[in-house]
Amino acid sequence: MEKEEVKKIKDWMNTEEYKEKNFNRKAITINPERACQPLGAVLCAAGFEDTMPFVHGSHGCVAYYRNNLSRHFREPIAGVCTSLTEDGAVFGGQANGFEGFKNATALYKPKMFAISTTCMSEIIGDDLGSIVGNAREKGYLSEDISAPYANTPSFAGSHLEGYDSMLNAIIETLGKKRDAAKADIINIIPGFDTTVGNINEVKRILKIFGINYLVLADYSNTLDSPLNGEYKLYPDGATKLEDVKNCVNNKAAIAMQKYATKKTAAMLSEKFGQDVRVVKSPIGINYTDEFLMTLSELSGKEVPQEIEDERGRAIDSMTDAQQYIHGKKFAIFGDPDMLIGLTSYLLEMGGIPKYVLCSNGTEDFKKEIEDLFAAYSESGAEVYIDKDLWHLRSLLMTGPVDMLLGPSHGKFAAREANIPHIRVGYPIFDRVNIHRYPLYGYSGVINLTTWIVNKFLDVLDDTSDDAHFELMR
Amino acid sequence: MAVNFKENEGIVEDILSVYSEKAKKNRKEHIGINSKETCGSCVAKSNVKSLPGVMTPRGCAYAGSKGVVWGPVKDVINISHGPIGCGMYSWGTRRNLANGEPGIENFMPFQFTTDFKERDIVFGGDKKLEQAIKELHELFPSAKGIIIDSECPIGLIGDDIEAVAKKMTDEIKIPVIPVRCEGFRGVSQSLGHHIANDTIRDFVVGTGEIDESKKTPYDVAILGDYNIGGDVWSSMKIFKEMGLNVVAHWSGDGSIEEMKITHGVNYNLLHCYRSMNYIARHFEEKFGIPWIEYNFFGPTKIKESIRSIAKLFDGNIQEKSEGVIKAYEPKMQEVIDKYRPRLEGKKVMILVGGLRPRHIVGAYEDLGMKVVSAAYEFAHTDDYERTTKELEDGTIIADDMNEYEFVELANRLKPDLVASGIKEKYVFQKMGIPFRQMHSWDYSGPYHGYDGFEIFARDMDLAVNSPSWKLVKPRWKK
Repeated sequence: MEKEEVKKIKDWMNTEEYKEKNFNRKAITINPERACQPLGAVLCAAGFEDTMPFVHGSHGCVAYYRNNLSRHFREPIAGVCTSLTEDGAVFGGQANGFEGFKNATALYKPKMFAISTTCMSEIIGDDLGSIVGNAREKGYLSEDISAPYANTPSFAGSHLEGYDSMLNAIIETLGKKRDAAKADIINIIPGFDTTVGNINEVKRILKIFGINYLVLADYSNTLDSPLNGEYKLYPDGATKLEDVKNCVNNKAAIAMQKYATKKTAAMLSEKFGQDVRVVKSPIGINYTDEFLMTLSELSGKEVPQEIEDERGRAIDSMTDAQQYIHGKKFAIFGDPDMLIGLTSYLLEMGGIPKYVLCSNGTEDFKKEIEDLFAAYSESGAEVYIDKDLWHLRSLLMTGPVDMLLGPSHGKFAAREANIPHIRVGYPIFDRVNIHRYPLYGYSGVINLTTWIVNKFLDVLDDTSDDAHFELMR
Repeated sequence: MAVNFKENEGIVEDILSVYSEKAKKNRKEHIGINSKETCGSCVAKSNVKSLPGVMTPRGCAYAGSKGVVWGPVKDVINISHGPIGCGMYSWGTRRNLANGEPGIENFMPFQFTTDFKERDIVFGGDKKLEQAIKELHELFPSAKGIIIDSECPIGLIGDDIEAVAKKMTDEIKIPVIPVRCEGFRGVSQSLGHHIANDTIRDFVVGTGEIDESKKTPYDVAILGDYNIGGDVWSSMKIFKEMGLNVVAHWSGDGSIEEMKITHGVNYNLLHCYRSMNYIARHFEEKFGIPWIEYNFFGPTKIKESIRSIAKLFDGNIQEKSEGVIKAYEPKMQEVIDKYRPRLEGKKVMILVGGLRPRHIVGAYEDLGMKVVSAAYEFAHTDDYERTTKELEDGTIIADDMNEYEFVELANRLKPDLVASGIKEKYVFQKMGIPFRQMHSWDYSGPYHGYDGFEIFARDMDLAVNSPSWKLVKPRWKK
């Protein structure tokens, strides 16, 4: 195309008029930050001992989940499927299910199959319950292997619901209620959290507190396993199935993400009478404080001095650096619970989260963010649910901000808007090791402050003239 | 280094022993020991269903169409038609580089989807699709076409995307092309390639007007190069220097406008046979355009390829081509002198799609490396025919090799390098075995052409000889 013509269209794409057209679209989604349910189910399964994710569908689906998760964690991701093809569409997928159980048992010797569905098996109407039952009856699936199953259609919800449904199924299937007194253990339910550093941070805090805990599902080791010359299909450190059996008798549960644990939280509370606390993801000082107070309340223990000292250090890191964030405008996107935490943190720093965009957010989520803005008397901030990164681009081009925070897919919009982009959330494909650093807790406050401020300072150094290229910042 | 047939047969037998009788019988037919004398095509059974319940490396027809063939065409919009996942997972993950202003001349950085919800499944998605196309045309007026890449539900719920496409083509006056590449069709990506080729044949080929005044005797098209990490560009450089005029490149950094006029070329040059032989054959049958396969991995194969392509043309091209070979020889020798001593005798195991397990063998051999096993995800009989002659007798050749077999084979063959995909990468790295992703060039490249070989050699060396691999065992355990 002629350069002039290209420029003309480009200029038009940056206008309010284009933004309006863009926001008016109803049918096409452009650059969404949202994956599908079975991906969440596969992630959840990776947190359980000797568990093979078993996806009922065509092998293209499971190849995609494995690719996607591998690119983020830079770890092997196991997963099998029933390899449905055309005849499955006609005759149903039971025969493939039988053969799948048999082959996967021979090769991978799992203690559990975590079974999820795809578009195809949902649409052809396969009944997982009867496939599992029949497979047991006919000897394709051993009684020794647990086989919880969840319906995870890709045309509803997102990876969050898939994670939740799988976790719910695993706990509900394996959990055995005892009449004896509740065990002095707190269940920790991280949710769809691909920052393994977060799970490790929560565990570290609990250890300092001296609280007995059980993480459901714990993939902080299996998806961050040591490289020592040995490949383990099921790496050490996942949640033990025996512990899952007993987890329903533990005295309480804390769900670290409201929007990825709804079903599971409700099930534990309603079916097993567990004291379930859904906390705000502990990002920033306030939400970390709240999390610690919840731990204190549930355990009857004071917040340890060691952690209070950490708090002081985090505050110190914030005040040392706040001048570089105060008044700066941010656009943030990704999964809802992380966004609530980031909004809170930025407001604590005097930053303005001008655009909060969530492709899988709900009205509840929107209200939560708006309440946060109101608490800080922050007007002019905007929250968008069910919107995508092409909407975000229009926002950035018509009402600029200083920085973008979110997963890797935001890099295209950030480049066009010429603003720095800090990678947080899922997926991160283009930076290494970020997921090992917690956003949670006081450690997370220091990490976020470090990344954001130093990025601004890098930009300042990269763009200043000789006179303003100063030693001290 | 003679391979012991008996030993390799024993290895295969041993690996398969864990399967049930039925599965064992099935898999046995897919794994063979290379023997040029006895049989080429029958070394491994291929292009049939995978076993359920095993970690097959295969993807689906959608991946073959949207991900491979149609996806890289930069001036059209690919709609992932159906629920959210497929488009999400195939967004930017094949590294099809393209020039041009994003959103105007180049739609590579995008993920377009009709994002089906429950109501679309229940009531059908044709209306939504129609509306989506209208919106796209309004928001991206410079797009040269719209491709509807069907996901599983489309075929299952009985949508009539052909009717929508026809109606919209009339309305917005650019090609709107329905592709029936639902993931459940066929047994792998391969059928998706074929389906995509067929839609190009039906909706694109021959629709452009050839400007006779611009035609030269040296007009060619590149088929089956997806510009991964810039492969097309390093290949074009060579063709240009040979004196050829590349009219179109399919489909890396490609354009539908070029595809429309490809029937004006004199020859089609085919790199990825597996994914584009269909369209090459069509050009031959319908327009009498001959096609020739070539291999631009490593100087030995590049030299052979340049010569066989040059033979199709006059003395002028042949002379220039010899000049090209000669001009690059010192540089190539320098690369080999630098890396060969560091890589000599190193053993490689390959598992990739439908072309590279045979095509990259020469490049490894240029570096003194030895391919000890070659496996395909989705090859056909004609690929195996082409493979056996590239490999030494006794080499293990496998079809649709799953992760269990791959790991077990590596435990026995003890490779110095594994060349495969992202799903396999970290498995082998945990074992302490150096690895290169050979679908995406592991975020490097190009690997095609002379420029590519220098990068290929560097990358294989940095993988195999990284000091970090020597740190795997702690000193107190050595």
